[in-house]
Amino acid sequence: MVRKLFILLLLLISIMITYLTETSLAKPIDSNTLINNAFKYDGKFIEFQGEAIGEIMKRGNYAWVNIHDGSNAIGVFLKYEDAKKIKYLGKHGVKGDTVYVKGIFNRACKEHGGDLDIHAYQIKILKRGYEIEEKVDKTRFVIGILIFAIGSFLMWTVFRYKW
Amino acid sequence: MYKNKFRDGHVELRHVLYMTGKTLSAIGIVEVLAAITSILYREWNMLFNLMIGIGLFFIISFIFIFIGRDTKEERFSWGAGMSMVALTWAFGALISAVPLYLSGHFKSYLDAFFEVMSGYTTTGLVLIQDLDHAPMGLNMWRHLICYIGGQGMVLMTLSFLASGMRGLLKVYMGEARDEQIFPNVMHTARIIWSVSLLYLVLGTLALTINGVLIGLPLDMAFFRGLWMFLGGWDTAGFAPQSQNAMYFHSLSYEIICMTIMILGTINFALHYFILTGNYKEGIRNAEIKSLFTTITILSFLGAVALKSIYSDSTVSIRKTFYHFLSAHTGTGFATLYSQQFFYEWSDSAIILIVIAMLAGGSVCSTAGGIKALRFAILANAVVNDIKKMIKPDSAVVIEKFHHLKEITLQDKHVRNASIIILLYITTFAFGTLAGTFFGYPLKAAMFESASALGNVGLSIGITQPSMPDALKIIYIFMMWVGRLEFMSVIALFAFLFKEAKEG
Repeated sequence: MVRKLFILLLLLISIMITYLTETSLAKPIDSNTLINNAFKYDGKFIEFQGEAIGEIMKRGNYAWVNIHDGSNAIGVFLKYEDAKKIKYLGKHGVKGDTVYVKGIFNRACKEHGGDLDIHAYQIKILKRGYEIEEKVDKTRFVIGILIFAIGSFLMWTVFRYKW
Repeated sequence: MYKNKFRDGHVELRHVLYMTGKTLSAIGIVEVLAAITSILYREWNMLFNLMIGIGLFFIISFIFIFIGRDTKEERFSWGAGMSMVALTWAFGALISAVPLYLSGHFKSYLDAFFEVMSGYTTTGLVLIQDLDHAPMGLNMWRHLICYIGGQGMVLMTLSFLASGMRGLLKVYMGEARDEQIFPNVMHTARIIWSVSLLYLVLGTLALTINGVLIGLPLDMAFFRGLWMFLGGWDTAGFAPQSQNAMYFHSLSYEIICMTIMILGTINFALHYFILTGNYKEGIRNAEIKSLFTTITILSFLGAVALKSIYSDSTVSIRKTFYHFLSAHTGTGFATLYSQQFFYEWSDSAIILIVIAMLAGGSVCSTAGGIKALRFAILANAVVNDIKKMIKPDSAVVIEKFHHLKEITLQDKHVRNASIIILLYITTFAFGTLAGTFFGYPLKAAMFESASALGNVGLSIGITQPSMPDALKIIYIFMMWVGRLEFMSVIALFAFLFKEAKEG
């Protein structure tokens, strides 16, 4: 009986932990709130999530990754080991990984020349990014070639007659 | 047939159209570089957008050149020369905006036009959406626009296409170039382009090497380096990522960018003097002294005003000096979010940076604003008047200042400088008033008005796709008149009025 109760207790605790983790993951702060209330959040633990964009910029054992939440991109300073978990970085034709970050928010980071940044302690890939296949717009293709050809011919005429 | 439509009285107008056509064709040729970038990165839709833009440039150029083809030998009058500049800038911006609009990164054609005018005038205020996912070709075109505008799009034509043209001094002056390096305008234009191309190679190389060292892959280090150079040298402030210069998180990158900003804001003639071994000119030049003095004083006062915001002295110096330099040179690179200016910077710091933005860089540089030489002239005039007051009536007081040569201060210098300063202040007040009419707070309206008029590009948050269209149009006009320093735009309207009156 005691053993069953102990197992039940363990189960309840694990469900609670999972619930709490999911709740905290579901409520990351948005960039506008952070930037507009930077004094309030300065030096505080925060949770932030968004699309990893651009490049991973390695700096020794650490790296910079810029994460865009739809409004602004914020620089996240994290361990290079963690940064390597990111496979897709957002750029033209690529949707970057959606990354969840837990770390300390700095309004004017003393370590990094006064930049507004986040020093990450934990990161998690919430959703893998992907490459976006470009569909060629046929109308644009025809119009583009046509206008370019006509224009080039007319310019050739200008040069030919030395106008 | 065209002679029936354009009577003899319109020879000037046809000549203006002819030269406008020539310049537009040159811009179309430069756009090919952006199309090549799109081919390299297989961005097919962007390639077609750019091809439409290039084609439009060529077709409209042809029409203008055809209309004025028999006016090649005509000599520009002052009015026609200046009108040609203003007309070229207006048409150049209208056509250049087409590929941007077609890219889908702009809410409307007006937004794309705003961005292009911001690029040509080397302002740097942006309305592009989702810049972080923008095609490489689009970014290349945005930054090439800054380069063409910074050097002067008409100057580009003078350098390469206008061999044998007459009366070119008027169009040269029309692009707010106050002085010539050589008596021959074309020679001067080519020197300006040579200096720019030399720095283009050196600056891009420095940023590319630094980019690799801070963790960028080689190709992106090159492209980002090239674009940041174009944004910095042309004091335009466009950057390839939405975070602007903060994307890189690097002190070394900031230092190189600051060096490029300073180089970009220095007079082309002075560059030429120094590059040809006349180092003394760099120390004696009144404009450089004026620029150095105002940057130092404003940055120092700015640091004092922001003392409570940045408690750490290293941070304070880095943030204050970078942004005051960026504002004063008219660049607009930022390592702060626009909201931080509004929510964090004190009112005194905002006023100081507004002054820095209006002050601007050197004459005959890529910078906008009132310009350091005009402040030097006014300072000399004040000294001259004080001397006159304290000396006997019979004494003759002569004031001299050194700018490439010894110049005796005359009333015409003071008059010209005063008129431009007055026009800048009046337009700034108008822009501020317009901002407040649309409901923005005074300090925000002042900041954005100074940024648009001074061709700076720092934003306090007003410039967004959601801002009222009327305000976008006002800022477009302010950027245009600010870059061309009023006279060309006034001349265009006067010229068109005269042509209309003649029937």
